[in-house]
Amino acid sequence: MAKSPETEHPQRAFGWAARDPSGVLSPFNFSRRENGDEDVTIKIHFCGICHSDLHSIKNEWGIARYPIVPGHEIVGIVTKSGTNVSKFKEGDRVGVGVMVGSCRSCDYCNQQLENYCPKMTFTYGSIDRDGTPTYGGYSDIIVVDQHFVVRFPDSMPFDAGAPLLCAGVTVYSPMKYYGMADEPAGKHLGVVGLGGLGHVAVKIGKAFGLKVTVISHSPGKEGEAVGRLGADGFLVSSDPLQIKAASGSMDYIIDTVSAVHALTPLLALLKTNGKLITLGLPDKPLELPIAPLVLGRKLVGGSDIGGMKETQEMLDFCAKHNITADVEVIPMDQVNVAMARLAKSDVRYRFVIDVANYLSK
Amino acid sequence: MVANQPEKENPVPAFGLAARDQSGVLSPFNFSRRATGEKDVKFKVIYCGICHSDLHMIKNEWGTSTYPLVPGHEIVGEVTEVGSQVEKFKVGDRVGVGCIVGSCRSCDNCSNSIENYCPKMILTYAGTYHDGTVTYGGYSDVMVCDEHFVVRVPDALPLDAAAPLLCAGITLYSPLRYYGLDKPGIHLGIVGLGGLGHVGVKFAKAMGAKVTVISTSPAKKQEAIERHGADSFLVSRDQEQMKAAMGTLDGIIDTVSAVHPIMPLIGLLKTHGKLVLVGAPEKPLELPVFPLLMGRKIVGGSCIGGMKETQEMLDFAAKHNITADIEVISADYVNTAMQRLEKGDVKYRFVIDVAKTMQA
Repeated sequence: MAKSPETEHPQRAFGWAARDPSGVLSPFNFSRRENGDEDVTIKIHFCGICHSDLHSIKNEWGIARYPIVPGHEIVGIVTKSGTNVSKFKEGDRVGVGVMVGSCRSCDYCNQQLENYCPKMTFTYGSIDRDGTPTYGGYSDIIVVDQHFVVRFPDSMPFDAGAPLLCAGVTVYSPMKYYGMADEPAGKHLGVVGLGGLGHVAVKIGKAFGLKVTVISHSPGKEGEAVGRLGADGFLVSSDPLQIKAASGSMDYIIDTVSAVHALTPLLALLKTNGKLITLGLPDKPLELPIAPLVLGRKLVGGSDIGGMKETQEMLDFCAKHNITADVEVIPMDQVNVAMARLAKSDVRYRFVIDVANYLSK
Repeated sequence: MVANQPEKENPVPAFGLAARDQSGVLSPFNFSRRATGEKDVKFKVIYCGICHSDLHMIKNEWGTSTYPLVPGHEIVGEVTEVGSQVEKFKVGDRVGVGCIVGSCRSCDNCSNSIENYCPKMILTYAGTYHDGTVTYGGYSDVMVCDEHFVVRVPDALPLDAAAPLLCAGITLYSPLRYYGLDKPGIHLGIVGLGGLGHVGVKFAKAMGAKVTVISTSPAKKQEAIERHGADSFLVSRDQEQMKAAMGTLDGIIDTVSAVHPIMPLIGLLKTHGKLVLVGAPEKPLELPVFPLLMGRKIVGGSCIGGMKETQEMLDFAAKHNITADIEVISADYVNTAMQRLEKGDVKYRFVIDVAKTMQA
């Protein structure tokens, strides 16, 4: 007889899970494995709400396995570390992002690109090596192989730093890979979408030394973009005159929009040899006009989170430059309200669940 | 207002073949070339390749054609006169002109030797020159061109088989270099085995790649492997073959200009793979985003190449014995050639024997 989530593993755990594509989250008793030799057990303090959590709980990608405990922007304190663990000890401030496992032997794993390992295990929604489902950070504890845990910089606040574990590395990795940190002086980055990913991209872009323009369909976001986040400029994407005036002015564009949207105006903003990096995961294909690519030697590229070494590097970079996310902290029992607001982009710019405080009540 | 009269516009009489209207039928055309300026090179045209773009343009398929239109941008010949400030060429030199005859010479792109991406780039035909006159291409007996846009054809290359390199050759060579697909040992796919594709196979093999030709026509397999040296062949409509080849290619150069699905091509790429399009389908293509993200892949474009790179490409071709596979035709065969080209009935480029067969 199959074991239930509660009896699958020896350590009791509690969290909030979605049971079906309605996406409604509710209390869920389950269990975590015993802390192995390579593992650390983490008491979770905060967990960021990523837009992917919303896509997952509503089965928008069609691959959901319920019940789903979302959450892959996890920060907490180590309560136990296995006998082979030298990097972490009890009391350390740590983080866990989007992955909790990979094959550790393929070319990608050997190059610290665990995120491109064909056998990568997601923090939630995957099947772990022992055949059990992985459950994420909307929960009280998590047990993770030390390789997939990062040290949280002392100077970085837990709540505002948590979203960096997904949003942060998701923009940092392609910005490095596609050359945005190489000779940034005089180079111009466009950031499409001012949400969880976009607002962090603005901060990191400025820290790299780039000129940054935010491109958004909401004119109302200009004050925030320029006044608070430090962007150099703001374009309304649906205004053809503004787009035309800025045509051929950008070296790079980071496109964080996950809904289906037009690429033609964005490609027009790029200079010759410009790069449009798309990070959102729409549920349908996008339309790609080819003439602008050919006539301007432009490219569209993708990227998927980042490897473990890079995630640590990103956290240290952000700590050095005082970069955190702009967050709205909520108690766990408000998570459904937060999801409904997230669906309407009504958040500046990431919800973070105060797990420890909620559970202590 | 006196309309421009092609014969009287300029002092040097010229003769060529022009399309008069969208029927695309080419017929004898008397016109004129400018006097050789200080920086100009004048040359007798010996051969001119027929590029598929010529077919699109004579029929105004891109909506940019003006008539009369003298096509031809794979032009080779022998220098007959040079201007007083010309340094690179002298009378008797074997030279070539490709797709562009002018640019602004001062923007970032021109300064970086990528004149092909200059916003004021002047096309060899159906363009407007600095003096306001229409540019006429290489289906003609004489060309006058600014030396910056003239390349030397190495002695080791036969003129007729080298002509197509001036467009087809550079169109493949440039992206192989720019996108880093020129490293020995990489596995490269080439989609389409026509004028562009067959030259692409040769360049890629010379750069040390393992080459797979991807085509809708199973009939092309034998030629691809035995004649052009490809290592393998994939029939793109064969789902099983395509599935078995998933995740095996470091890069793909896609030469197909008809609308076609790119999702299966993205699937053929390894993680970090690159799909580069050099043909421009007239409608947008569907871009599946998941595979792009999950494999950190890119889809990019490329369009001919700059002048410095065009010379480099010719020198590389000479060193590695790369020329196009051609069918040489007489000037009066050109309309038949266009009909055959439309049906893909050529192995693999027509080249007009201008010097011997094009006379007023």
